[in-house]
Amino acid sequence: MVEFAMQHAWLVPLLPALSFVIIVLLTRPWQKLSALVSIACMVSSCVIATLAAYGIFTNHEFTEKPLVYAARWFSLGLPGAPDLVVNVGVQLDPTSAMMIFMVSLVASLIQIYSVGYMEGDPGFSVFFSYLSLFASSMLLLVISSNLLQMFVAWELVGLCSYLLIGFYTHKISAREAAKKAFVTCRVADFGLLLGLLSLQIVFGTLDMVELSEKIHHFQEYTTAGVLTLIAVLVFIGPIGKSGQFPLHVWLPDAMEGPTPVSALIHAATMVVAGVYLVGRTMFLFSQVPAAMELVAVTGAFTALFAASIALTQREIKRILAYSTVSQLGYMMLALGVGSLTASMFHLWTHAFFKALMFLGAGSVLHALHHKADVWEMGGLIKKMPVTGWTFVIGGLAIAGIPPFAGFWSKDEILSMAFNSGHYVLFAMGAITAFMTAFYMWRLIFLAFFGDEKPENHPHESPVFMTAPLVVLAFLATVGGLVGTPWTPWDINWANWIWFHEAHHAEPNYMVMLGSVILAGAGIFLAYQLYYVDKARAKAHALADKYRALHTLSYNKFYIDEIYLWFNHSIVDGAAKLFFLFDIYIVDGIIINGIAAVTRLFGEGARISQTGRLQNYALVFFLGVLAVAVILAFTNPSSAGLMLGGVK
Amino acid sequence: MQLTLSVSLTHYLVLSAILFGIGLFGVLVKKNAISVLICIELMLNAVNINFIAISKYVTPGDFIGQIFAIFVITVAAAEVGIGLAIIIAIYRNRLSVNLDEFDWLKW
Repeated sequence: MVEFAMQHAWLVPLLPALSFVIIVLLTRPWQKLSALVSIACMVSSCVIATLAAYGIFTNHEFTEKPLVYAARWFSLGLPGAPDLVVNVGVQLDPTSAMMIFMVSLVASLIQIYSVGYMEGDPGFSVFFSYLSLFASSMLLLVISSNLLQMFVAWELVGLCSYLLIGFYTHKISAREAAKKAFVTCRVADFGLLLGLLSLQIVFGTLDMVELSEKIHHFQEYTTAGVLTLIAVLVFIGPIGKSGQFPLHVWLPDAMEGPTPVSALIHAATMVVAGVYLVGRTMFLFSQVPAAMELVAVTGAFTALFAASIALTQREIKRILAYSTVSQLGYMMLALGVGSLTASMFHLWTHAFFKALMFLGAGSVLHALHHKADVWEMGGLIKKMPVTGWTFVIGGLAIAGIPPFAGFWSKDEILSMAFNSGHYVLFAMGAITAFMTAFYMWRLIFLAFFGDEKPENHPHESPVFMTAPLVVLAFLATVGGLVGTPWTPWDINWANWIWFHEAHHAEPNYMVMLGSVILAGAGIFLAYQLYYVDKARAKAHALADKYRALHTLSYNKFYIDEIYLWFNHSIVDGAAKLFFLFDIYIVDGIIINGIAAVTRLFGEGARISQTGRLQNYALVFFLGVLAVAVILAFTNPSSAGLMLGGVK
Repeated sequence: MQLTLSVSLTHYLVLSAILFGIGLFGVLVKKNAISVLICIELMLNAVNINFIAISKYVTPGDFIGQIFAIFVITVAAAEVGIGLAIIIAIYRNRLSVNLDEFDWLKW
């Protein structure tokens, strides 16, 4: 069984792709059948992924040497250069095994949830086909053995993201958000593509195993400067995909899509693709310290920046979106300080608790008929106990309260930042942890506790929606236990997923205690401001006192406005300049100018067309005469020939 | 001293050239379409003289030139037939055979 799953891991991305095709071609008119096909394929894929992951995790040899099944995709013979050979295949090692397990599991749960959430929507079948296509692309991305193959999947998930954000096509804001997401990611993907091309040019391969060996002694191929440039170019892709500053702007807007999409794509899976890519290419980044520093600083800054925006947002999904950006920053920070272990660990726990919270938010929106402002909610926990309490578990997990999942992974990141000597980044991470606890519990106290609002008539969601919540809440509770410092070494996370060498995370009690205190303080502050103080007078007073800061945060530091200004003034200005250039130089001189000259000649030549036969005959005769004269002067022998052949 | 007058190739060629020149002149300047047709006949016959003279003086054994001359006469007859027919058709339309008025080939 396990053997079969490991050999046929290619089925994992293929099955959802199959269901996409089936739904689009056959079952689209029958909603329930479409959902059934989609979920059946997804769950089968999840079973295979689980078995394959089990096989990988019970066999230590794959930790050192990944299990790769690859086939030749295409090869091009290039004159004067090494042949371009591109393989396509699956690469299974603990990191990708963890990812296929996590992605297929979360995708299965979210598809089940969608049955309840999307009920009655006219695009029900289409929605499931998109979800299948997304799951397929995402699984292909994580399982790829070749960077070009990964790039294809990378673009595919971007496409699915676009389709799903703009799923409610009748909403203008959704269409705009979809475009924004797509364009922003395209900007970033351009950098990534340049990076990959440079890798191919310099090292002659994009196979990950081969590439990692070649980059290990890169001096034979190129200089450190070039390698740094390549690493930075590659990193631009993750900046866009994983919503890092300054390309984070698309992610909060992406919440226009249906909530299961936000949970699946914009929280648990697609947005971590960037983190995963950097993790996968650690062999590249670890060789160039400057790029590592860039990753770490970008991550830490994004974490802090997004958290400070989340403090004042009002829409429930927007808060969660900024929280996602912030947590992605954490993962980048962990990679930047050199810990693949901590980063992947946080990716793993984050997938569960953030998917849980998004699905919880979806349940709330479903109950309140899409009223999104947390200030207009209140007391929901009484009418929606399952949603409410699972959301609280998610809140505990993200705030970092032991023993919930988020505590262990966040703690590991902070310890790693501290141990590697990045004290400033560590401080930024610690402040972020405090902010995270505060804004998340602000949301919880505002939405789920306090007085019920009479105009709301909430009701608990159907079992299709609550069941995945419970499963995710369970995972958000225990999911972190695989990586605690006290987990037996044999099953410990750090023993499986690492770069360079496994090292047992020594519990850093100082950091641990500090982060718990910070999280507790954040929750306590939120409790004081939003729960004890029913009128929230203190919160308003605080906002008034720091009105400038509050406005800045509430308006997301005006990043969107800055981009808008940039587009309007500089890009549009350049466009106007090019427009004038087009009108006057290209159209005016090159196109119309040539036409005018031709026309002038035409007008001139027209005069010679008298229509009189005799004129034409005269010209004809003169022409023959001219030819005869020319021949006579240039070639006397032919002149003799013309005069009758007489010598 | 006896003055021997013998007709050489050059004489024929000069005669032919003169005929051709007269014909060409007529084609270019005559207003009457029928005159132009007649002038074309002149030019064709100049060519015929050329053919036969050269055939006789340069390659006396074979009769390629003569055959060509007969061929040209045949074609010329056909051409005159069509030419006259066209001129009659134009005359019926325009009531004129003046070439100056025939400028409809203009753009």
